[in-house]
Amino acid sequence: MNITQQIVNAIWLGGVYSLFALGYALVFSVLGVLNLAHSAVFMWGAFIGLVAVTQLNVSVWAAIPLAMVVSGVISIVLDVLAFAPLRRRNAPRISQLISSIGAAILLVNIAQLIFGTQPQRFPLGSIPSDPLEGLPIRITPIQIIILLVAITLMAVLQYLVVRTRAGQAMRAVAFNQRVASLLGINSGNVFRMTFFLAGALAGAAGVLFGLAYNTITPFMGDSVALKGLTVIVLGGLGNIQGAVVGGFVVAALEVFSIAAGGSNYREAFVFTLLFLILLFRPQGLVGQAAETRA
Amino acid sequence: MNRKLVSLLFVFLMVFLSFGVITAQDEVEKPLVGFWESCPTPSNLPATVTVGAIFGLSDAVAVYGVPQRQAVELAVEEINESGYLGETVFEVRFEDSAGNRDQAIFAMTKLVEEDKVLAVLGPTLSSEAFAADPIAQENSTPVMGVSNTALGLTGMGDFVFRNSLPEAAVIPGTIAQAKEVLGLEKVGLLYGNDDDFTVSGYQVFRQALLDNEIEILGEETFAKGDLDFNAQLTNLISQEPDALVVSALAAEATQIILQARALDYNGPIIGGNGFNSPAVLRDTGEASEGLIVGGAWNYGNPNPTESSVRFVEMYEAKFNQSPDQFAAQSYTGAWLMATAIRCADFGADADLAEQRLAIRDALLQIRDFDSPLGVFSFTEDREPLHDPIAQIVSGGKFEPLAVVMGESG
Repeated sequence: MNITQQIVNAIWLGGVYSLFALGYALVFSVLGVLNLAHSAVFMWGAFIGLVAVTQLNVSVWAAIPLAMVVSGVISIVLDVLAFAPLRRRNAPRISQLISSIGAAILLVNIAQLIFGTQPQRFPLGSIPSDPLEGLPIRITPIQIIILLVAITLMAVLQYLVVRTRAGQAMRAVAFNQRVASLLGINSGNVFRMTFFLAGALAGAAGVLFGLAYNTITPFMGDSVALKGLTVIVLGGLGNIQGAVVGGFVVAALEVFSIAAGGSNYREAFVFTLLFLILLFRPQGLVGQAAETRA
Repeated sequence: MNRKLVSLLFVFLMVFLSFGVITAQDEVEKPLVGFWESCPTPSNLPATVTVGAIFGLSDAVAVYGVPQRQAVELAVEEINESGYLGETVFEVRFEDSAGNRDQAIFAMTKLVEEDKVLAVLGPTLSSEAFAADPIAQENSTPVMGVSNTALGLTGMGDFVFRNSLPEAAVIPGTIAQAKEVLGLEKVGLLYGNDDDFTVSGYQVFRQALLDNEIEILGEETFAKGDLDFNAQLTNLISQEPDALVVSALAAEATQIILQARALDYNGPIIGGNGFNSPAVLRDTGEASEGLIVGGAWNYGNPNPTESSVRFVEMYEAKFNQSPDQFAAQSYTGAWLMATAIRCADFGADADLAEQRLAIRDALLQIRDFDSPLGVFSFTEDREPLHDPIAQIVSGGKFEPLAVVMGESG
């Protein structure tokens, strides 16, 4: 069962990484800024899902859209407070990056005040976590569900960005904000929409992550933040397919380096690849050179 | 003149008597812990004595740190209300290390060099202790780990103590007992390779397995903060071990138990001290059945000391939750510190270095101290000495291994 099980493990982990990295990639593609508060919104998504299930007695499945909407709104507020004022002043991008770090700290601290620091969990039994019977591999219903939701969300996002007018506007602003504004696109709206979408994705990822590992703390974003960053740099900064590919590549590398007996070196494999990519293909695995983007 | 003297004496007598009444009343409620007889009530101490405490109060390590702080608060309250230090108020100043070496160093520097505390309890993690304790040592300030179990901790210097049994004192017995009861022949080994505590736990496990002639089928590692252990567990489980032996902290321990069970592994899991927490059981539910852990203290110990029973009652009444091993150790740690201060009875005019030295020397003298952990002594190497207890999870609770196996066998 060993190698097939490891393939399953890799696909599953890849789904989790990609889902988180999508929102990161989306904001970067439109604003050209790393939103380091993404992991904090992700954490809030998990807590909103948890509160919905434990306090409001909502089912786990209804908690996901709820968390997506609320996280989307949090993300818009984040834009209004932490990014928009800097954009208006034409502040350098590094200021926006730092502003997002501040916002992340603030969001984590608020969560710490409200929810405390002890890890919280969905009640045992609310998640279908008994492995499916009669298969040559071990997989739990929740893993399948999460993978399906993740793939669906990726497809929907891809459709939104490529096929709809709003997506066109987003790509136009991403390509050149000034030109897009001259063409009558309200870039402020586009930014807010981008943040909402990114926040909603973070919220969904947060709830699913919370369900998958059933450990929700104000600091849960920290461990994924670095992974997510690796994933989007590997896949190509600001590239949505890149985030997905990157997620699966990082997961596969980790899992197969362990399967090959090198659990001590799994991070070394990942970061060696990252290093090589930055050296020889700085636009990332899927990314195109800057001139041909959009 | 004479009349004044007489009235003054009279006033003194009244005060003395009223004190007698107060202490007589208190004697009914007198704590079961403490050297009430061996050391006289101190009379020279300053009005307040301040001790620092560094615990991981935020981040994942809060699972340990919060009960630790609560237990110390409970002890402080009891010490002050019972007049254990005479007129002197025993004060503990808490700092948060968040499971982070740098923050622990910062907290230790602040407590020792700026706040000028007499001694320090903590930090929570062994890795923090290895980073921060040298600062206490350099400043000749006694520091007592109440949850550090890594190898060689007290080797850092002659001011470094701990009251938490090192893994080396707990694990060999656990493995030997598990082999005897479960007939272990081959096991898989999994450990965190970036933390002093989990690495030293791994080393002790490995040695104990070799000593007991148990085959190690494979060794896998992970890093602190990891959430997914499926790949490592798949590797180990596919080799069909009799047991999984794991050295991990509570956060990772929880995930490892759940994911091993989801991969359909139903055999025993033998864990280090990190698994020894009610939080791990609460969060893993049925998955933790059959988990075997050695420990220094157990809530369900069939033969607890009287002070242990009293401690559990008080802790549950005050915090509405059950204490874990770390709480019991922290509570004992605060009492040991207060005891050293009581027995040292240094004068208020002694300078800080003398006071700290007096506490260190008094700690070294502590032998046969009745505490929730059992009869407790410090060795010459500033290590704790008391009986450990092997435990297995049965019916959702840590039960002493001997009791459960006695029932089934």
